[in-house]
Amino acid sequence: MVKLKIDNYDVDVPAGTSILDAARTVQIEIPTLCKHPDVDATAGCGLCICRVNGRIMRSCCTPVSEGMEVITSDPEIVDVRRTVLKLILSNHPNECLTCIRSGHCELQDMANNFGIKNSRLPSLNKKYEIDDSTKAIVLDASKCIVCGRCVEVCQNQQNVWALSYLNRGLATRITAAGGINLADSPCIKCGQCSAHCPTGAIVEYDETQKVWDMLNDKDLYTVVQIAPAVRVAIGEEFGFDFGENLTGKTYAALRRLGFKKVFDTNFGADLTIIEEATEFVERFKMNPGSLPMFTSCCPAWVDLLEKYHHDMIPQFSTCKSPQSMVGAVAKTYFAEKMGLDPAKVRVISVMPCTAKKWEIVRSEDMRSSGFQDVDVSITTRELTRMIKQAGINFRQLKDEDADSPLGEYSGAATIFGTTGGVMTAALRTAYFYITGEELGQLDFKEIDGLEGIKEAEVDIKGTKVRVAVAHGIGNVEKVLDRVREAKANGEETPYHFIEVMACRGGCVAGGGQPRVMMPDQPKPRGITDDIRVKRAKGLFDEDLNAKNRMSHHNESIKALYAEYLGKPNSGKAHELLHTHYVPRGLYNK
Amino acid sequence: MTEASVASQAAAKWRKKRGSLIMALHEIQSVKGYVPWEDAVEIANGMGVPLARIYEVLTFYNFFKLEAPGKAVISVCTGTACYLKGNDKVLEEFKKELGINEGESTEDRMFHLQVVRCVGCCGLAPVCVVNGKTYGRVTPGDVRNILNEWRNKLADDKE
Repeated sequence: MVKLKIDNYDVDVPAGTSILDAARTVQIEIPTLCKHPDVDATAGCGLCICRVNGRIMRSCCTPVSEGMEVITSDPEIVDVRRTVLKLILSNHPNECLTCIRSGHCELQDMANNFGIKNSRLPSLNKKYEIDDSTKAIVLDASKCIVCGRCVEVCQNQQNVWALSYLNRGLATRITAAGGINLADSPCIKCGQCSAHCPTGAIVEYDETQKVWDMLNDKDLYTVVQIAPAVRVAIGEEFGFDFGENLTGKTYAALRRLGFKKVFDTNFGADLTIIEEATEFVERFKMNPGSLPMFTSCCPAWVDLLEKYHHDMIPQFSTCKSPQSMVGAVAKTYFAEKMGLDPAKVRVISVMPCTAKKWEIVRSEDMRSSGFQDVDVSITTRELTRMIKQAGINFRQLKDEDADSPLGEYSGAATIFGTTGGVMTAALRTAYFYITGEELGQLDFKEIDGLEGIKEAEVDIKGTKVRVAVAHGIGNVEKVLDRVREAKANGEETPYHFIEVMACRGGCVAGGGQPRVMMPDQPKPRGITDDIRVKRAKGLFDEDLNAKNRMSHHNESIKALYAEYLGKPNSGKAHELLHTHYVPRGLYNK
Repeated sequence: MTEASVASQAAAKWRKKRGSLIMALHEIQSVKGYVPWEDAVEIANGMGVPLARIYEVLTFYNFFKLEAPGKAVISVCTGTACYLKGNDKVLEEFKKELGINEGESTEDRMFHLQVVRCVGCCGLAPVCVVNGKTYGRVTPGDVRNILNEWRNKLADDKE
């Protein structure tokens, strides 16, 4: 431990801690626009300067040392910070009123905190062409302050290497390699860049107007589904605490927006488990050489696999994601049951994710109903805007239930939204399929939590099933390497079943989640580990208290098979609920 | 040597040495005069370096060129003497005649226009240099003649 003084307070922190982090232990938040707890310091913005033993230094990248004396604020420091801020603002458009980040922007917060009124510096801001080529995330380089967070996340945390710096000095901007469009780059649309961006430079591709148009079209029958991770984050926009599970209020809000039926993606999660566990058990029993099997519900992971890991395509579960399953079932089974013309049915999904926007148009398989199975996929952030626009008093809403039959779900389904959840849900059902008995212990502590790669061994009546869980897509590389190495050495596969989620923490920390700052949350806006844990807890608690915690006991799912699909993995199930993968290049130019 | 093999040879030569991406890129540019997209992709695959990183390097150092330079490189001196003697007007005339800015090449890749600071013969100011040939006491009126001279020369070379 290192002892030092920060603003005359005694601080005792582990060696290697930065001054910025050390100051937080005495409730001092040194301003910064580039340092984020998820990424290494880039020393990009210059706001975090402090006086260290008399010298002005950047606190984000200066480690503490014994006996150090730090002043975090005095008139000169504030003056320098204000000048730095003015310089940043001189290269930023003055468009707050029409910016999607307004009210949720770290740069705006900072300008307010420092009372920047009018800067005398002339504007150097350059207009760049907006890159909305992915139709999932939008990159407006003219709003970028080159803090480097997105590049750090994309290159180092996610290991995707879509984003990079172009040029140098004032001309520096963030783009895909050589300034090409993101859609032509290795971008997997995970949106972690947008989750970490301090300004409006990288945001979701807004499709709320499309949804309004469908809702207002009297000829259409528009239904909606919400993903598990949405319910534990949406409340943050309406003053609820991080991780509070607001399923009932969200249903009520969606009904008030005018959706004819309110469904739940969790129904699709249960359906996914039935199909995926069946597929796994079949491979495990009949064709162990085809293991490990990878989960396939994360579209960013699907995209990464198709671009980077062609040799692993046969290991992938062919199951579609819960979102896509609900879409396919809504336009077939549900439409038939209700006597609706599927051509008039519109399925909207609310997702914590930007990559889900890409998933719904990924291939012809996403039109298995004969129509596009999911018509529009909006993020949690977009839904909260719609709720606010409609003037719905979310806080005061009474809980409502989802509609039948695509609304029923088990506890196993709701934990799909967090790392380890899909594997836990799948193991519960796979155990039942293999042994005909229920698991005694329903939770797997080894695969819970924020460790990048988690492993567990499950004893299924004498047979050991080895599973791995990877999240933060950069971590998947190590798992793949182990699998490849075993294969090359002619050894048994190190794992039988592997869950992958592209975002650290899973969908609860997806690229489309709110970026609210709470009074007791002085860290940067957007996602941090603290919030990841809280949102995940909201889902685990729901599972713990659920009447039914097994996908295979979902009565509506049983009815769906009895009335329509036949058996799990049947021909009809394959036609509607499964997909296939093709190798694709990293760059299209 | 075929075009593609320049990059693959450079990649093979440098792939084992850490931090030598820039050397491989130098080799491509020294042969081709610039680093084409296809060659950058080949280096990425051959050296196991993400293409995004390669373009970070290529656009950070202004030595690297991403497009084929013109065959005739026109250097207009804007050093103190040449500038005072009116070379800024000569530069403007080149820009107007060629329809390009400094640092750019014409679409037919015939001319590349660049600005230099002093070529060491201030006595001849204002000075322009085209592919090593020096023109002294240039006036805006000379620009068209210089360009025509090089158009003819490049056409002859072709034949």
